[in-house]
Amino acid sequence: MLKRKTFDRPGQSPSAPRPGRAAPLGAAEASAPSRRDFLRNSGLMGLALGAGWSAGTVQRAEASTPYTSGEVTRHKTICHFCSVGCSVWAEVQQGVWIGQEPVFESPVNQGTHCAKGAAMREIAISERRLKYPMKKEGGVWKRISWDQAMQEIAEKQLAIREKYGPDSSYWLGSAKFSNEQSYLFRKFVAFWGTNNIDHQARICHSTTVAGVANTFGYGAMTNTFNDIRNSRSIIILGGNPAEAHPVSMLHVLAGKENGAPLIVVDPRFTRTAAHADEYVRIRPGADVGFINGLIREILANGWEDREYLRQRVFGLDELRAEVEKWTPEEVERVSGIPADQTRRVARTLAENRPGTLIWCMGLTQSHIGNNKTRAASILQLVLGNIGKSGGGTNIFRGHDNVQGATDMGVSCDTLPAYYGLSEGAWKHWARVWGVDYDWVKGRFGSKELMEKAGMPVSRWLDGVLEDPANLEQPNPVKAMTFWGHAANSLTRGPEQRAALDTVELLTIIDPHPTQVAIMTDKTDGVYLLPAASTAESHGTVTNSNRSVQMRDQVVDPIFESKTDYEIVRLFAEAFGFADKLFQGIRIVDGVPDAYDLLREINRGCWTIGYTGQSPERLRLHMDHQDKFDSVSLLGKEEPVKGEYYCLPWPAWGKDTHGHPGTPLLYDTSKSVREGGLPFRARWGVEHEGRNLLAEDSFTKGSEIRDGYPEGTIGMLQALGWAGELTDREMLIAVAIAADRFSLDMLEMPDAEVRDAMDRLEEFARQNRLDRKGEALATDEGSWQGGPFEANTGGNGDGTKKPGDKPAEKKAEKKNKEKADSNAPTDRASVRRRFPDYPDNAITAISAYLADNPQDDPKPDAPLRDKIMRVNWKTDLSGGVQRVMLAHNLAPYGNGKARMVVWNFPDPVPVHREPLYTVRRDLLPEYKTLEDRRMWRLPVLYESIQEQDYSQEFPMILTSGRLVEFEGGGDETRSNKWLAEFQQQMFVEINPADAGAAGIENKAFCWVRTPVGNLRVQAMVTRRVDPGVAFMPFHFAGMWMGEDLSHRYPVGTVPYVIGEASNTAQTYGYDSVTQMQETKATICRIEPA
Amino acid sequence: MSRMKFLCDTDRCIECNACSTVCKNEHEVPWGMVRRRVVTINDGEADETSVAISCMHCTDAPCVAVCPVSTLYQTDLGIVLHDKDTCIGCGYCFYACPFGAPQYPNSTLFGSRGVMDKCTFCAGGPEENGSQAEFEKYGRNRIAEGKLPICAEVCSTRALLAGDGDTIGEIYRERVIHRGYGSGAWGWKTAYYPEEKS
Repeated sequence: MLKRKTFDRPGQSPSAPRPGRAAPLGAAEASAPSRRDFLRNSGLMGLALGAGWSAGTVQRAEASTPYTSGEVTRHKTICHFCSVGCSVWAEVQQGVWIGQEPVFESPVNQGTHCAKGAAMREIAISERRLKYPMKKEGGVWKRISWDQAMQEIAEKQLAIREKYGPDSSYWLGSAKFSNEQSYLFRKFVAFWGTNNIDHQARICHSTTVAGVANTFGYGAMTNTFNDIRNSRSIIILGGNPAEAHPVSMLHVLAGKENGAPLIVVDPRFTRTAAHADEYVRIRPGADVGFINGLIREILANGWEDREYLRQRVFGLDELRAEVEKWTPEEVERVSGIPADQTRRVARTLAENRPGTLIWCMGLTQSHIGNNKTRAASILQLVLGNIGKSGGGTNIFRGHDNVQGATDMGVSCDTLPAYYGLSEGAWKHWARVWGVDYDWVKGRFGSKELMEKAGMPVSRWLDGVLEDPANLEQPNPVKAMTFWGHAANSLTRGPEQRAALDTVELLTIIDPHPTQVAIMTDKTDGVYLLPAASTAESHGTVTNSNRSVQMRDQVVDPIFESKTDYEIVRLFAEAFGFADKLFQGIRIVDGVPDAYDLLREINRGCWTIGYTGQSPERLRLHMDHQDKFDSVSLLGKEEPVKGEYYCLPWPAWGKDTHGHPGTPLLYDTSKSVREGGLPFRARWGVEHEGRNLLAEDSFTKGSEIRDGYPEGTIGMLQALGWAGELTDREMLIAVAIAADRFSLDMLEMPDAEVRDAMDRLEEFARQNRLDRKGEALATDEGSWQGGPFEANTGGNGDGTKKPGDKPAEKKAEKKNKEKADSNAPTDRASVRRRFPDYPDNAITAISAYLADNPQDDPKPDAPLRDKIMRVNWKTDLSGGVQRVMLAHNLAPYGNGKARMVVWNFPDPVPVHREPLYTVRRDLLPEYKTLEDRRMWRLPVLYESIQEQDYSQEFPMILTSGRLVEFEGGGDETRSNKWLAEFQQQMFVEINPADAGAAGIENKAFCWVRTPVGNLRVQAMVTRRVDPGVAFMPFHFAGMWMGEDLSHRYPVGTVPYVIGEASNTAQTYGYDSVTQMQETKATICRIEPA
Repeated sequence: MSRMKFLCDTDRCIECNACSTVCKNEHEVPWGMVRRRVVTINDGEADETSVAISCMHCTDAPCVAVCPVSTLYQTDLGIVLHDKDTCIGCGYCFYACPFGAPQYPNSTLFGSRGVMDKCTFCAGGPEENGSQAEFEKYGRNRIAEGKLPICAEVCSTRALLAGDGDTIGEIYRERVIHRGYGSGAWGWKTAYYPEEKS
């Protein structure tokens, strides 16, 4: 008993009642705790700190509190900030989210949170939300109804479509979307008829996705957060997880305490660096030099994993030639890292294997971001660290569902699941959607525009402002929709502001008005639609380690806000294609059902194995979180025994095939059926006569005991396994080949399958399916290059000037590929080229070469050939994947990882100075690329770098995150619990620079760049080196010294405002993905 | 009898502020009042260290000793609580506290500071357990619900420990052994060879 606890004090009537907890929860309510209770709770924590604890029993018992109206109910949701994916228990009373409890049983966060997760509830009770639809009329915000808003927006959109074509509407989506909303949004924009769609991944990890996918096969974090506990060394390059992903530090510090040296490479001495064993201070932008220096040191000392490289990696000779010049002394000259430190780090990494490499936006946000991510991947290959527990490239993604939104194709250059935009990809998705391919084609301006990547979000402003003669689409962008995206996370503020002022229609769909609403001087044609927050909606989200977690709705949308799903429905109805969009999708109270959408995702996303994660299986995992091992994520007890937590993709085949998910990518120590994988045979079997397949390396239990190509019906046939396909699977494969697929084939009773096959054969006989013009589903050429299809754009070889017609280059490329595909396919020749391969491997390779050439199929191919080419990506029955799994083969083949990405501007990663550099002495040796055209727009490189600003702007400017805020910060700065802890935008400058400029700590100063001027407070600290300045990027509301907060609609001003660092950030875009360059530019700082 | 303690493992604290914000969330602490904050010393320097600080619920609490109206008291679990109805806002406890835990809503030169507020170890106050009155004055009473202070329950790296002193002491001891730095273990250099600290 607590002393004085029963002291009664009558007459306390609350003046402002607020939701209190009516009755305490759980069994221990009301009575004071016994000593046992304390020990039990303390003990739980104790185990959590030590080794191998997974989940508590106390919380689970409470989780079964029955749902009774009026009482406190509990709902499990997933934190909506970063990509770690922490579970949250939400307590709801009378429709209000009143309390938040830790989820100890979640294997990912184990009850922990950072500041943001700990303050998540605020979003659902926030006073600063956008409360109802508004429009700007004569420069004044006016409240309107949803009906009026939708009617006016739809009319304007349709008018713009009529006048300028569908490509003049830009649809900017969000990494805050659930998987289902992401998928629905992609489909919606496809039905609208444009590829001008994108989201935050473009400006956070697009270079990672492109770089890693083109090295290993998939563009995602290879291992899991928990697996970092097994690492023998940990190196973090350009990442500050202590602020950006604090809960990941639970695992990182556990790894460190298990004995792994922690190395942090960063221009700033970050909060993470403060916990490092070794801190490496690098000059911003010099990453490739440092990494290549490490590789050189490893190769020079013979520390590389030779057997691994021989078996599983392509292109070591080319790499060796490039890294040769990166002596530790050259690294020091370029990056400022002492030569001895480079040697020491290389030794540490070599002596502590397997080690993990973590990177974030410090590496990605660069005009050579793809080089940097590939260099980092190559370092791990050289050390033999990929595909091993404790190893991997652990790339921490940004937003809660940026992985899922990327996977679901909220991108200008691909359909869902990285199928690309080729005709084959469109036909695949038309089949999944149950719509006529020609109807979808008719929605677009032309077939050419349909298959041409749209404009990325980083360049949307150029899509408005660029001279129409320079644009590869009929008209500039006229209607801009920001759907869960901030403007202040994009660079070149003044130009973006001009673009916002120029568009005819500006629509903002968000829980908050965002910087977009106040930045523009437009007096009319601006609409604000209140979107519900993620807590007010349901769906699945994919965390950074590819686990697909399920998020329950906590409360109904507050104020007049609506869920994203419902807003899509309203648009689709206004545009007249709702029937087609929601075929087979239940609409409940106006809201499309996420789990029906998930089933449709399962139906189509074969490339990345988003097919096994049915709503039922995911629900089971969420309900039994406590039964997963806290390190391996393997289910230990029924009903989830043998499956990995939330089925990290790929979970091959259909849900009924029971694949457990793949926690560690490319891990050959497990069989494919148990979640193992080789590297993906993504680029064919040979390149310029050299073998691209794995040699003497294969996953455990593989029936082909060597490398093999990706799976096709033809390959199964050749191997004698086609008979294992069921009648239905054969029917579907034939129907796809004959272009006669219909969705009822998936559902029809078994008895009707044979009849359907007979009808199909009859049809084939009558129509002679070998007629000209019949295109096939397997358009490999466009799928090979990965999500960011650099191989079809204008950046083939890095030597072309803008103005070159991409079509010409495409043709060149096709010819080159043809040369490869014309290689003889007869068995004897294959055996000569693949010596020492077992017979079944030779059979598979021959069949692959015969039936699946690397280029567009012959238009007059007979039906048999078309059937043979139906493959693991296009087979909607899942039969190809199922049979391959039965033989323990990876559906995507068993290939080598690439150190040479021949379809990128720099095939082997090289260092190039940032476009705005103060190190003019390193030019032209490390100069940038030549100007070029990409994705409908000209892109400038050398014409910018040639201008010397270094006298006027002598300092380097970099940017980064703060723990309290996220992204553009509109949401977190409107969160009173977070905002209080970070109230001022600032710039970090070294005492030497501050002294020279005459700036005192906490004084205001001007940060000037070639683009703009920011008035911010100075934080004088040795955290940054002399000559380097750092700014966080989450602030908005100020514009170059001017306070714009009066422009917010009444009651929506965030608690904290400040200058947006990106207002003054400069030009610069990645050569493959158009990522913006924000981590290394220039500035000058003066007293204000 | 258990004695409740907080312990912050500075080798793990990353200044993520989860403890500070979750406290505001749990107890609806208004803007301007902070019951727990993270203090970082030598910010940006090689020996930067962060530690989460709140009322430490001292064994022989000086605030209890100096309170002229006996509004502060210690429970049998060692938790230091106070009665907002009898507090006169004199500020003595603030001067007595080595951790700066007591706070006051007002800060006028000659006016009253208002009623003191501080960390309750999530144990509420003298009102009835779980009552609306208790919630409005002191916040949630997790201890009465058989739970631990929310700040420790959510700490991102399990740096902040709360619970029975013997238990968390044992947890911390095992941790230090597991880290296995030998003579480089936490505190070693600081205690005996400060000149070697890099």
